[in-house]
Amino acid sequence: MSEITLVEAVNLALARAMSEDKDVLLLGEDIGVNGGVFRATNGLQARFGRERVIDTPLAEGGIAGVAVGMAAMGLKPVAEIQFSGFIYPAIDQIINHASRMRNRTRGRLTCPMVLRSPCGAGIHAPEHHSESPEAMFAHMPGLRVVAPSSPARAYGLLLASVRDPDPVIFLEPTRLYRLFRQEVEDDGVELPLDACFILREGADATVVTWGAMVPETLAAAEKLEEEGVMIEVIDVATLKPLDVETILRSVEKTGRCVIVHEAPRTAGFGAEVAAEIAERALYSLLAPIKRVTGYDVVVPLAKLEKQYIPSVDRIIDGVRQVMEAS
Amino acid sequence: MGNIEMGFDLHMDLVQLLSPSGEISKAASKSAKDIERLVRFYRAMTRTRIFDNKAISLQRTGQLGTFASALGQEAIGVGAAAAMEERDVLVPSYRDHAAQFYRGMAMSECLLYWGGDERGSDFKNARSDFPNCVPVATQAPQAVGAAYALMARKEDRVVVTFIGDGGTSNGAFYEALNMAGVWKTPVVFIINNNGWAISTPRELESAAETLAQKAVAAGIEGRQVDGNDVIAVHEVVRRAIDKARSGGGPTLIEALTYRLGDHTTADDASRYRDPEVVRAQWTREPIARLRAYLVSEGAWSKEQEAELHKECAEEVDREVAAYLNASPLNCDAMFEHLYAKLPDTLQWQREEARRFAQRSANGNGNGHV
Repeated sequence: MSEITLVEAVNLALARAMSEDKDVLLLGEDIGVNGGVFRATNGLQARFGRERVIDTPLAEGGIAGVAVGMAAMGLKPVAEIQFSGFIYPAIDQIINHASRMRNRTRGRLTCPMVLRSPCGAGIHAPEHHSESPEAMFAHMPGLRVVAPSSPARAYGLLLASVRDPDPVIFLEPTRLYRLFRQEVEDDGVELPLDACFILREGADATVVTWGAMVPETLAAAEKLEEEGVMIEVIDVATLKPLDVETILRSVEKTGRCVIVHEAPRTAGFGAEVAAEIAERALYSLLAPIKRVTGYDVVVPLAKLEKQYIPSVDRIIDGVRQVMEAS
Repeated sequence: MGNIEMGFDLHMDLVQLLSPSGEISKAASKSAKDIERLVRFYRAMTRTRIFDNKAISLQRTGQLGTFASALGQEAIGVGAAAAMEERDVLVPSYRDHAAQFYRGMAMSECLLYWGGDERGSDFKNARSDFPNCVPVATQAPQAVGAAYALMARKEDRVVVTFIGDGGTSNGAFYEALNMAGVWKTPVVFIINNNGWAISTPRELESAAETLAQKAVAAGIEGRQVDGNDVIAVHEVVRRAIDKARSGGGPTLIEALTYRLGDHTTADDASRYRDPEVVRAQWTREPIARLRAYLVSEGAWSKEQEAELHKECAEEVDREVAAYLNASPLNCDAMFEHLYAKLPDTLQWQREEARRFAQRSANGNGNGHV
């Protein structure tokens, strides 16, 4: 067992999935010889061949469409969209076909594909490289939406996603790709695609988050502990379908909830979490729900991205607000 | 006229083996003139047209939803489907029931689909065939992916996909041609150029002289065929399929036809096109053309014609009855095939749908305005 980064865990899971199932193949821009611009597929073409690790022409809609066709014929394609801002042309294929192939044909044809994409800001990338599109996909019936926040979860959730019989959107936070290392055993054990992860237990407030905001939230939890405030940190990880029950149980225990995400606020996935809590656990709340999110602005270029991404300070401030409310 | 320096000819020769008046070309091979096969084509085209008439009348009488007829374009579907093996895969657009019927789709399935019932796409035959594709051109890259899958598994199968003339304006079409060219996937793209994308005429879709020449930029072979000539369609598609099957890669075939009917039953083509032009196109339509040839060869009689119509009408009646008598859809059907296993979050939503459906069934519901 060795300590690896999140992007190395993605690579490890892909290699594992490909060696255990010959129907798994990868396609995307520059994923072959170059190993992907983030190196997520490093070495895989040399190991599995050009027919199974395909350098595609530069056409994201086409990549998604080809993956739908492959999946309907029984392959298990894992398509990479190179940067998050280029995922939008693929949405047509995802919403009109991938997510509803099974339903439209009454299960005759299915779409066991994974669409992987880096996401989020914070790495000083150029324009259109810093999107957080999870809410768009979470709105689409028939999909699964997954956002790992650690090497171990990236490994286990990606393996589960590849093995899942339905289409999965797998959003990898670029900021976490190499932020820290963690021991990950290449044991082929997958993680559940329908359960939140409680990363830290606490009795005072529940903080619900996912993806790139998990490290800031955990850092905020450390600071708050110094003040004697114990927060429970929930990593949603599998946004769709949402494991509401774990969130409700926690909120019923703490009576307070802060939701943290990097994506813009309006109609962000936090709104869905807040609505579920309001509908089903309102009377457990001791304070109004608080959302700490990206602002409703275009995600800024490098110079302002740190002021856009919710900081540890903003999260702490949000928690204090719910603590002081009653 | 070809650009010799560029090494290809942008001017595609139109392949026609049967003239509009039903005269066979000297270029037609012996096998192309196989009477038994041509009678089969004739029967299949007629069957589709009789179905279309019935489907439109069902729509007009409130028994079917919006429907897209194949009137005048039957030769493309029949000629192409006849060139396919059963194991091959059809990736259709939404006007391809001539091909789908030939491949074994039941008329009742087609009616279920246009009647608003997903079970229509759960084909009893040709179970690898894709369902209809309504978003124009998205089927093209899927066809490439399907062909890649067959190639990767070394299966002796090819993919045939249809698109309209309007669809060739869409980026997905170009992306698909381009990828198919790079990967040499066993796929045949067939453009049903019926002259109209709803109300938009062919000349407003593209300044290209032919749509077949769009193949050139993708580095693949392009052919143009008289789409009202089922003999030529069959020949050209058969060759493209043979090539694909033997590893020769993709082909783009532009089949020239004319949409004799409205775009769909929700359209009124008299708003945007001259009925005289449409009337003139009736002299080129595929069924009368083949009948003239068969009659001239002594292979078709008035009695056979009457018998065929009777047979088709009976089949249509049976299939319409099967469609109208299909078991009612339960609200569970919305949830049933969304995922392999229904997620917990959807369980209570299904319960709610059941509860209100039950109330409505009991006469206690307020329904919709």
